[in-house]
Amino acid sequence: MTSVPINSDNIMRAADGTPLKQKLAQAQRQAQLKALALIAPLFLFIVISFLVPIASMLVNAFYDPDVHNEMPQTVAAIATWDGKELPDEAVFAAFAADMKAAHKAKTSAQIGKRLNYEVPTLKSKVTVTARKLDKVEAGPWKEAVIGIDPVWGDPETWAVIKRATSSYTSFYLLNVVDLKQTADGKVVSVEDNRKIYRDILFRTLGISFMVTLLTLIMGFPVAYLLATVPQRTASILMILVLLPFWTSLLVRTTAWSILLQDGGVVSQLLHISGITWLLNALGLISGEPQLFKTRFATVLAMVHIQLPFTLLPIYSVMKTISPTYMRAARSLGAKPAYAYWRVYVPQTLPGVAAGCLLTFILCLGYYITPALVGGPADNMISGFIDIAMTQENNWGKASALGAVLLTATMILYYVYNKLIGIDRMKLG
Amino acid sequence: MKKFLTVLGAGVLATSALTGVARAGDELTITSWGGAYQDSQREAYYKPYIAAGNKITEAEYNGEVAKIKAMVEANAITWDVIDVDSATALQGCAEGALEVIDWAKLGVDKAKMLGADVSDCSVPTIVFGTVFGYDTSKLKDGPTTIADLFDLTKFPGKRGLQKNPTVNLEWALIADGVPAADVYKVLGTPEGVDRAFKKLDTIKKDVIWWEAGAQAPQLLADGQVVMTSAWNGRLQTPIDKDGKPFKIVWDHQALDWDLWAIAKGTPKMDEAYRFIAFASGAVPQAEQTKYIAYGPANADAIPNVNPKVLPSLPTAPDNLKTAWNLDTQFWADNGDQLKERFNAWLSQ
Repeated sequence: MTSVPINSDNIMRAADGTPLKQKLAQAQRQAQLKALALIAPLFLFIVISFLVPIASMLVNAFYDPDVHNEMPQTVAAIATWDGKELPDEAVFAAFAADMKAAHKAKTSAQIGKRLNYEVPTLKSKVTVTARKLDKVEAGPWKEAVIGIDPVWGDPETWAVIKRATSSYTSFYLLNVVDLKQTADGKVVSVEDNRKIYRDILFRTLGISFMVTLLTLIMGFPVAYLLATVPQRTASILMILVLLPFWTSLLVRTTAWSILLQDGGVVSQLLHISGITWLLNALGLISGEPQLFKTRFATVLAMVHIQLPFTLLPIYSVMKTISPTYMRAARSLGAKPAYAYWRVYVPQTLPGVAAGCLLTFILCLGYYITPALVGGPADNMISGFIDIAMTQENNWGKASALGAVLLTATMILYYVYNKLIGIDRMKLG
Repeated sequence: MKKFLTVLGAGVLATSALTGVARAGDELTITSWGGAYQDSQREAYYKPYIAAGNKITEAEYNGEVAKIKAMVEANAITWDVIDVDSATALQGCAEGALEVIDWAKLGVDKAKMLGADVSDCSVPTIVFGTVFGYDTSKLKDGPTTIADLFDLTKFPGKRGLQKNPTVNLEWALIADGVPAADVYKVLGTPEGVDRAFKKLDTIKKDVIWWEAGAQAPQLLADGQVVMTSAWNGRLQTPIDKDGKPFKIVWDHQALDWDLWAIAKGTPKMDEAYRFIAFASGAVPQAEQTKYIAYGPANADAIPNVNPKVLPSLPTAPDNLKTAWNLDTQFWADNGDQLKERFNAWLSQ
């Protein structure tokens, strides 16, 4: 007590007279800054490579500036239109002016492309209208525009344009859950022959669930074996698990496609061993079995790739479980199976939870494996993001699909957290 | 935000291009369709052009116009000259992804180039036919008509088709009894589209879909399919070069162009023009027919076409009997919807 100088105002001070509290805060701040500087590169990396792209993807799923930016006069003129009858001359005049400008700036195809999503064939009609209007000097515009193509005499077309004038749209998100908005603003299902995205979402979830379940069924006993055999044997077995884990996903997928193709190794082995004959005799198949480009091949290759992801967390948790618990249970009279089930298995749950969640979430994003060994009907959601981007050039739809995938993952994570508790999860 | 995403997309494209071929500063990158076709271009165009002191980097794609568009929008041009089909030329031109060709600058006589009017942004190079073929060692009495392609009772087994609605929908209607002249009239109606998909439904479970042009002859050679659609040169080259027992069925072949196009705003504009002018010359155009059975676009090259290849050109009189022209305007108008529906149909 006596060694700390306390003056009249009762504040502890350092040797130089500054309050000790202030000095301490200063020292702590410096340490914090140092720590921040150390994690700054990683933090920036995550922000730039992860958070910003995801945010931009989410925005892009709503953001729809094409019509708003390229048709400014129409946007202003159509705002007061009631949406019942055809718009008046003023709107047509504004539209004509925008079309002329778009023709000169070569943006008419872009406008057409956007409108085409909702009214098929508008793509080329917009381009043609813009080209023809460019040669028309004076109004009345209403007759001139409808004279070029009767589609402009349909109030429905103008309802679509009016809806597209906003910079933000729910169109893409509705599109990827097989919904659309009608002219009067109601949300309805799309035509049956265009309905795919709900199926694809459920297919993605179904395949992921299947793969997760299979890796758990196969991985759990192997993890138990690894955790219980002597260290030397465990190391050798571990190599067998890790070797494929270290091999590139693409290589393993390609290997499966060679093994499974028609007339390939697996097919020949089935033939030689008589299994093909047996399956034919039982009437299960006719001719050679179709392995390649099937759901079976997709799940098989995915299970092979994901197995270590499920197994390793389970193994690392099992390693930490002391054998004394089981002995205690046995000594208290539990039968081996009962002791295993009631004492050992619950302790592995954090590892099981971690492994399954890891596998399930990774499976949701699978792209190359279903594309290489699966058929068109095994394509998962990522495959359709690729189609939207590289074939349809529809980034809005690609972003919306990404948003749906992200949301589905988040919901699952939330439910999982509620059921199992993320704090109980152990990766090792 | 869109801009950012396109930059990102182009970054991905650029990286993928980088991993494939290192892109040196002064080299012109020419992208084409790979396989036997690109081999023929290498022999006829790239090698003599390089020998004359120029530098070229090659790249491959499967005709994805979206890739060209993303690259141009992000202003990160990795492909300077691109070999496109006519639908891509039209779409790329309308959407501002391709340069409008200045024929005076090119120094090529437009009147001599067949198919020069396909679009403002392209210089035709060859005419090709989409046909189908089979392996004569496996099918003795092979198919002879498009209807046979859709006939599983007469010709059981897998068929290869391009993973694209183009040509497949038209063939489905022809096989269903629509006269070739009326195909686009029928396909322009919702009932016609339903009819085409219904016909495709009948063989759907037995179709193996190919994407890159080189996959089609490979499927046939591996015995994965009993017959496959393909671009005629892709089937002819294995016949001529490797003595494969393939036979081409010319019934109702679909004629289309391959054309050179320049990515909009490429910094290598002059080099691009120089290469296209070279590749449009009568001499290299005739030279290409030694390596692949496609018809040259330069009318002056036709008298010098390899005489052996004449009967296997898509434009040979015997092969033209039931041929029809791919209606690129139709696909420019309806392609988006039909592709979306096709992808939906595939995944069902």
